[in-house]
This record gives sequence, C-alpha cells and structure tokens, in this order.
Amino acid sequence: MRIQITRYTEIMMKYYKRIYTGCVLLLLIAAGAQAQITEKAEFGKFAITNATIHTVSDGVIENGVVLINGEKIEFVGKNAKITTEYQRINAEGKHLYPGFMDSGTQLGLQEIGAVEVTNDQAELGAYNPHVRAFTAINPSSASIPVTRVNGVTHVISLPVSGRLSGKATLIDLYGYSPDSMAVSPNAGLHLNWPSAQKGGSWDDRSDEKVQEEYEEDLKELNEFWEKAVFYDKMVSAYEEDPSNKEQPDADKKMEAMREVLSGDVPVVISVDRKQDILNAIEWTQKHPDVRFILAGVKEGWRVADEIAESGLPALVATLYTPERDYDNYQRPYQNPGMLHEAGVKVAIATGEVENVRNAPYHAGYAATYGLGKEEALKAITLNAAEIFGVEDKLGSIEAGKQANLFLSDGDPFEPMSQIEQVFIRGYKIPMVSRHTQLNDEYLDRGAESTN
Amino acid sequence: MKKFILLSCIVLLVLGHNGYAQEKGSVLITNGTVITITDGTKENTDVLIEEGIITEIREGIEAPDGVETIDASGKYVMPGIVDAHSHIAAEDVNEWTHPVTAEVSMEESIDPNDINMYWALAGGVTSIHLMHGSANVIGGQNETLKLRYGADMDALRFDGAPRTIKFALGENPTRVHGQNFNVQPRTRMGVEQVIRDHFEEALDYKRNRQQYLEAKEAYESGNRDNPPVPVARNARMEVLVDILEGEIWVHCHSYRADEIMMLMRVFDDYGIENYTFQHANEAYKIAPELRKNNAYTSVFSDWWAYKFEVYYSTAYNASILNENGVKNSINSDSGELIRHLNHEAAKTVHYGETSKEDALKMITINPAEQLGIDDKVGSIEEGKHGDVAIWSGHPLSIYSIAEKTFVDGKKYFDREEDPDDMRVKIDPETDYDEASRRWYEESGRHGDSCLRGAEIRFNENGMEL
Repeated sequence: MRIQITRYTEIMMKYYKRIYTGCVLLLLIAAGAQAQITEKAEFGKFAITNATIHTVSDGVIENGVVLINGEKIEFVGKNAKITTEYQRINAEGKHLYPGFMDSGTQLGLQEIGAVEVTNDQAELGAYNPHVRAFTAINPSSASIPVTRVNGVTHVISLPVSGRLSGKATLIDLYGYSPDSMAVSPNAGLHLNWPSAQKGGSWDDRSDEKVQEEYEEDLKELNEFWEKAVFYDKMVSAYEEDPSNKEQPDADKKMEAMREVLSGDVPVVISVDRKQDILNAIEWTQKHPDVRFILAGVKEGWRVADEIAESGLPALVATLYTPERDYDNYQRPYQNPGMLHEAGVKVAIATGEVENVRNAPYHAGYAATYGLGKEEALKAITLNAAEIFGVEDKLGSIEAGKQANLFLSDGDPFEPMSQIEQVFIRGYKIPMVSRHTQLNDEYLDRGAESTN
Repeated sequence: MKKFILLSCIVLLVLGHNGYAQEKGSVLITNGTVITITDGTKENTDVLIEEGIITEIREGIEAPDGVETIDASGKYVMPGIVDAHSHIAAEDVNEWTHPVTAEVSMEESIDPNDINMYWALAGGVTSIHLMHGSANVIGGQNETLKLRYGADMDALRFDGAPRTIKFALGENPTRVHGQNFNVQPRTRMGVEQVIRDHFEEALDYKRNRQQYLEAKEAYESGNRDNPPVPVARNARMEVLVDILEGEIWVHCHSYRADEIMMLMRVFDDYGIENYTFQHANEAYKIAPELRKNNAYTSVFSDWWAYKFEVYYSTAYNASILNENGVKNSINSDSGELIRHLNHEAAKTVHYGETSKEDALKMITINPAEQLGIDDKVGSIEEGKHGDVAIWSGHPLSIYSIAEKTFVDGKKYFDREEDPDDMRVKIDPETDYDEASRRWYEESGRHGDSCLRGAEIRFNENGMEL
C-alpha cells in the first residue's frame, strides 16, 4: 500500500507539468466557453444625430448626422431625412470618430504571455511565409472586448518569430470566427530585419563577428528570396502556357511568396536602429515590384529624411524608453512627429497584446510631442487604412465606408475621456468587457467580510 | 597636531562632499495653479521654497534676496510624484538563492548613474521606492530614494524614510523555488508556511539570543558561574524580528485575492500592522477586507493577462479600492511607465470615474503614506520638502508636459535645458555604434522586471520568464 502511494506520487510528479498545462487549458476553455460577448450586438439602421463628427477625410462637422444602414455608412452631413426605421441616437455634446486601428499587435494570437499554451504568435522555423496569423485568431480572446470598448476597432495582428515570421492579418474586433472579422486575411508578410548592430552591453560579440553574422543572415534571406522569384517565374510560365512545360513541384513556402512578389501583399519590415533601417531601405530598393512597410523604427528620427526619400511608410509606437542612455528623454514620443515632418506617412502600432486599448494614448503622445492632434488622428485611422490598402472601407467617416465609429464624451486621446458607444461593421457593440463585468460585480460587493 | 589637522581635513571633506551632494535650493514659483493635494487647488498662487523647504504658499509673495523667481502663469504646480514600486537605479534586483533572504538590502545596490532617474524626473517624479525583486517569499529590504540625479549613492537616500522589505506571493516564488528545484514553496500553501516557519524561528531566535545576552552579561559581571552557550547573531533573523516588532514595513508582491487574504491572516496572528500589497491585481475582490485591516494597496493602472494570476484583473481595480475606502497608489514597476505616472493615474478617471483629486492622490500623498514619508513629501504644504514639478497644463491631460522638476528646491530637470545628447563631450551630430540597451528592453515589458537577476533559474531549465 505504501509502495503504491509512493508510485502514485511519482507518477503524479512525472505528469505534474502535463496535468498543470491541462488544467490551465481547461480553465481557459471554460473561460472561452462563456464567450466574451456577453450581450448580442445590435444590427440594423441607426441615425446618430447632433454629433460633432470628426470625419478625418473631410474635416469636422458640427451638429451633424450619420446614418448607418447595415454594415455601411449611408450618409454623413448636416441634414438628413430620418425615417422611423432608424434607431435614433442623440449625440448632443458628443464626438464621433472613425474606429481606431492599431497597425501592429499580437491581439487574438496570445491570451496570457507567461502561459505558453496560449501563445500562437511564434511558429518554429526561420522562414514561414506560409504561416498565417488569420488561422490562429481567437475571436473569444478576453482581450478583444477590452480593446474595442476603448474605441480601437481594428488591428493588424502579426506573427513574430524567425526571419519571415508569417502573414499578418487585418481584423476588426467584432465577430465569432476569424473569417467574419477579417478585413484582409493576408495583410502583410512580417520580416524581422537582420541586425548589423550589437545588441547591447550583454552582447559580447566582436564587431567583426556581428558583421559576419549579419552578412550570413542577409545572404540567407537573399537566397530564400531568389528562390521564391525563380519559383514564381516557373509557376507563372507554366500557368500561362502549360502545354510544353513540366509542372513545377508544389512548394507552399514558395507559393506563399507569390502574392508578396506580385505586390499584392506588402512586406512589413521590423527594424529599429539607424544603420539597420538604412540597410533595410537599400534592400527594399532592389525589389521594385514588392510593397514594403517599415515597422518599429525606434531610431527612425535619426534617419527621417532617408526614410522619407524611400517613400516607405512607418508603423510606430511612442511609449517606450529612448534607445540609448544618452538620447534626449522625449525622442520616443517625438519619433512620429519627426518622421511626419520629414515626409513619412506614419501610423500607430503599439506592439501590445492585452493593452492594445492604450493605442489612443500612443497617438496622444505623438500628438503632444510634435505630430499635432490632426495628424495623430490620421496616424491611428486613415493613414493606417491607406498603408494597408483598405482606405475604401476603413479609416474615415464617409458614406459608403464600413460603419466603424465611436462616440466619445471628449477627446479620445485623453485618458480621462469616456468612450460611450462603439460601432464595428455596423454592429452596435455592447460596451461590456471582462473588466467592466468585474467592476459591476465588485464595486459594491455587498457580502459581509469575515476577516 | 599634524594628525589632528589631517583628520579635520578629512572630516571637512566628507561633510563638504555630502553637503554638496545634498544641496538644497531656494526658488519662488509665481502665479501658478497650485495643486496642493491636501488643501485643494489654488489659482494664481505663489510657492516659496527656501533652503529646500516650502515656507509660504499664497498670492503675491516677494522673492527674498537672491532667490530666483519662476513665472508659472498658465501652468500647474504639483508635488513631485512618488513611485511606490520601482527598480530603476538598481544594480541588482534579486538575491534569489533562498526563499527567505531578509538580510540582503537594496541599500548598497544603488546605481547613481542610471539615466532612468533623469527620465523619471522628466515625468515629474521626485521619489521612488527602490524594491528588491519578487523571486523570494521574503526578499530583501528596499530603499526609498530621492531622485537627486548626479549625486552619489548616499546622497540619493531619502533621509528618515522608514525601513521596508519586499515579500512575494504566488507564481514568482513558487516558480523560482518550487518548480523543478524541490524547494518549498511550490504552492500558495507552501508560501504561507515559509512565512509562518520563519516568523516562528525568528521569535525563538529572539528569545534565545536575549537569554544568551542576559546570561553573558550576568557571567561577565560575576552574577553567574558558567559562561552561557553562545547564540550567534543572525542577520536574517534580526531582520525578521524587526518585521515582527513593526520596525520594518512590508511591501508584498501579490496578485490573487486568496493570497492577499492569507497574508492578512498571518500578519494578524503575528500582530504586524503596517503593510502594502504591491500589484494586488485582485485586491478589488476583497476591498472590504483590506479596508477592515487598514491595508494599503499599490497597483498598476491597467496591466493584466501577462501571466495567469493576473488574468482575472480589471482596470477598474484602483477605482474600486478607492470607492471602498482603501488607500491606494498607482505605481510603475517600469522604467517606461514611471515617465508618465500622471497619465497612468488619469486612467482611474477613465476606468471607474475616480475624481481627478483622488487620481492625483494616488501618485503623491498616498504612495508617500505607504512609504512613511508623507510628513515630508506628497503634497504642497508649508514645512514640507520643496519637491515639486511645473506642468504645462493639468497633469492628468495627455497634452501636459513636466517642464521643470525640483527636489529640495533644487532644479534637476528643465525641459528648456534638456540636451539633445547626454554624452559627455560628444557632438550629437557625430555617429555612434556603441549600444547600451537595458535589461527590460531586451526582455520586453512582459519580462517582469521583478524577476530580474533570477533569469538563470529559468534559462538553465529551458523556462521563460
């Protein structure tokens, strides 16, 4: 009996990790099963009246009307005939903004950072152009309602590991499946640019070694790229005229590169430091048919003119510390403004997961430190839509566009303002999230304390 | 005589040096909107700081001879922000080698050259609580600092601040010690026992040591025949005894409601009264109990979901605690967040509609009270230290910038004089190739700076922080 107990304990310990992981999974599944959307969103016809409309594309309309019909905005202007079919929302004293977009996150791909089984943003392997964030988006992530009730209606969610991490996806933050949320399932291919810079004081490689490793990484990237170009040529030739050619063997990695090489899907290059940015720009110029977007660019301000000259847009965050101890304290906040001033098209990308809801404050910092309110608003709306080629649907309050907008009692860049109602694709979103639910339950808990 | 002169010179040098390092300043800040924190907000009001101390707050003060006047018309004057949880300016953060390391201290682990202090000053912060990490159930002792950037290590210390120590519950100590290393604690049950066992040991030690010292004295004065068996002085036990006697205040890393309740029960059993729960993401669930025990909380404005024990968090935590009468502060635990704690406080207005007044208390007088320095800083009052910042607008607005920051009346940050490049004797236009990235940047925000120094515990076992 005693032996049996010991053995049982041994077995328990052996499988402890697995059991633990299983328990965490079960808990998460249980949490997910409750769904994150606690009330159904309303859909139909809405008339928002008396609002101060920040259209982004066409200035500000005071006391304006926006009509929403199904998924789309039907009318934006001063006077509209509003029939009884429309549910009226009096927005007197309120401000109407287009839904905000965060151009670089892992929202929907990661639930809990430290719990590995909930992390889907990093696939194994260095070259994964065929891996798609779209596949792994979890519509029931608790972080999604938390994000959208702050006015953020769209995100670019991207895989992060290796050299070519996989395809980023552009989703809206309402839906019960990735398909229903997708604006562009394949919105970009994420490339982590190989660095020719030392990492920091912990990096004990010699300068020669750093350079050698960079050249090796770049060679590998170029070889992969050339192989993809060759594959694309072969397949294209065969597709054009299959009669007297052998069909090339299928290669899903190479196949996934074709939409990139044709310029249909842009390459999002994460690169932060000055020399690396310059190297990346030089590299992009060797591929004139491919669309490129820079991301991160923490030291972009050092080479703002060069970036502007390249014509590449930049996806940037503001809430991080300066890259170098000796940099001016406010450089991260100023980076978007300095890039814009040089002529770079800038959009906001927080790089966050559960706190994508802070995207408006990233824009607020950019506004305060040189970008200005108007441009900062563009950086989190229309610029983002244009950079990803979806400006026909997103980014401004215009008739014909998707009804992605929110009502606020003030400036949404101010943390003190309240976001009162969000619409995504015409759906009137319940302003509920795990955070509001817990607040409702515990603010005045009531139960007698026993301690 | 020669010796005496030499000694005098050394004494003078030491005194002179300290005097220089802790230089206090005088300044008259006029016509600002003064957010006093404890006595409302006063428009068009002057604040006079003399030799580091606020001496007058009223309209129309004449500048005494030699005192510089700064016009703050259209601007806001606010007490310096106090961060109750920080690891900036730390040389080391974790002595992770045992679940209890009460004997170690951040006292000698201060990096006076850490640029993060200057950046924090640029965010209107004047005092920080430099904490040991959270790898151990009972970690090291903390150190309260004033951000007298440019001064030496000793001059950074906040004179008269009570001694504090770091405790940690939950995943961090159970992962570092229990998982794969078979050292208690592996569970929250074990965490409680580690604390109780060590408190019991400390009480035994205190009695034994006391008896030994008394017997030794008796022996030495001839009132006892045989020498007693010595009970050696034990630094770890000495600190635990000081905790039990209320001389060291506890600041405890904690997340879940159950573990917070556990520690309150343990403290109640041992008569420990002054304690603050740091992070305390689930404190909102037990706000009435915290209130009943007069416990303090110091929380993030909105961080959550980076580990499982913070999955059931709410950004309304601070406002729920505040509404329930728990004295709460908003802390940074980050080199980045510390730069805009004012906006972290503003989020309590967003989440939970906390009043602006209470939001500002959470980054000034409340953390000061939790650190036992509220008689000196945390509000603009006559007799308090001249630790203030001048803001371009209301400090809770995203468009406001700290323009000037004073510690003891001496200006340590001025936006107008802020150089483009902090390198000594280097032209900002010249190139550079040497990087100096910081640990938390490499590990990311989610790396949890509380576990800094304990990486080896994870790396050797293929675990991630």
